[in-house]
Amino acid sequence: MLGLPYTKAEGMGRMKTVEEKTPTIDRRKFLKITGLSTIAGLLGGWKCIELLAPGELEATYLAKTEALTAKRWAMVIDMKKLTDDVAARCIESCHHIHNVPDVGDPKREIKWLWLERFENAFPGDEHEHMAESLEETRFLVLCNHCDNPPCVRVCPTKATWQREDGIIMMDQHRCIGCRYCMAACPFGARSFNWGDYRDLVKNKSPEYPPRTKGVVEKCNFCADRLGKGEMPACVEESEGAMVFGDLMDSQSDVRKIMREHYTIRRKPYMGTSPQVYYVI
Amino acid sequence: MPEEKKKVINSLKETGFYKQDRMYDRGKVIAGIVVFIVVAALPFFYNAGKAAKMPEPKLDTPMIQQLPEAERVCVLPTDEMRERHMVLLDEWRDQVVREGKREYTGFTGKKYTVSLQNTCLACHSNYDEFCNECHQYTVQTPVCWDCHIQKPKEWAG
Repeated sequence: MLGLPYTKAEGMGRMKTVEEKTPTIDRRKFLKITGLSTIAGLLGGWKCIELLAPGELEATYLAKTEALTAKRWAMVIDMKKLTDDVAARCIESCHHIHNVPDVGDPKREIKWLWLERFENAFPGDEHEHMAESLEETRFLVLCNHCDNPPCVRVCPTKATWQREDGIIMMDQHRCIGCRYCMAACPFGARSFNWGDYRDLVKNKSPEYPPRTKGVVEKCNFCADRLGKGEMPACVEESEGAMVFGDLMDSQSDVRKIMREHYTIRRKPYMGTSPQVYYVI
Repeated sequence: MPEEKKKVINSLKETGFYKQDRMYDRGKVIAGIVVFIVVAALPFFYNAGKAAKMPEPKLDTPMIQQLPEAERVCVLPTDEMRERHMVLLDEWRDQVVREGKREYTGFTGKKYTVSLQNTCLACHSNYDEFCNECHQYTVQTPVCWDCHIQKPKEWAG
């Protein structure tokens, strides 16, 4: 019959035998089981609450009360206000505070904050008949702390990641020096330590650790200074040419400038959504 | 069968197949082994009876001397620091770099800035007599100092 191994009637018969074998449960057993289950559930629930509650770590470590916080940090560089002198001082201050070495060799140099010509900072936007001032101006460039950071996506060890406030952080403790992030960054904002450069730092700072051979480094939007309640080093030196603030706060300085001026970003077509804006 | 076997073995012995019941170059080999054992054991004999100097990490830095006697404590009790300062330092690292939490409350309730170079080394400014004293004794080479500076003030000049 249609190739079935047993008839419908036989199947029904088998089900019936299973039903007969089902163990019965009396009132006493039922109460025992429900009682024990309740106790087990309570204990398990209590343990879960204990596990999820803030522990010793959360209680002993706190952010400093004076720390500067934002929903989304961003920077505006007003090239109309930025003179060469001021730019040089910004770079000097940044390099001093973070012990950035002066390697000299452009193939091996370490870059946190540096100067670029217009056609290198904004490739594709240049043309033959540009204003002369644009050709002469050197643009101050740094890590753009992109909203869609390609460096973070390629890092195999999570040595670089995006903080909740948008800053792209770098953990040199975890970096294995694979340099994927350097290949991924369209702005050349990341540099590799080809050797021990600590003695090449010109104006050393005792507060910030220098880096070792084999790790990648870059501008950290002065996350170390923000944590202590200080503005980024370059911003402090810039005499108002560099503005730093919360992009999500419509009353912040960065938003005010963006409202008043036309601002551009570096290589927006790369889709990384840079968060350093320029007034030119 | 045994008789026949013996015969075969005897004939083999005559051919020299079973002659290896004596070691070749016995004298040289045994002398060599003795020399090797003596040389290998020399450091043990040399140092026998002499205990290595117990490490005595020094706490007489200017910063510590300045503190009033009652406040001369670290962020955790001394025993705990001795035992697990390396674990604490790892915690400090992760809390600062990953979480941005830069304030640590010590066991006395005093608040400290979480920083190896700026907090630990501010009091313990004597790397050679403090850190290295035990690290050398226990043959530890922590990687901290690949980046962090042992004497930051002197380094910065």
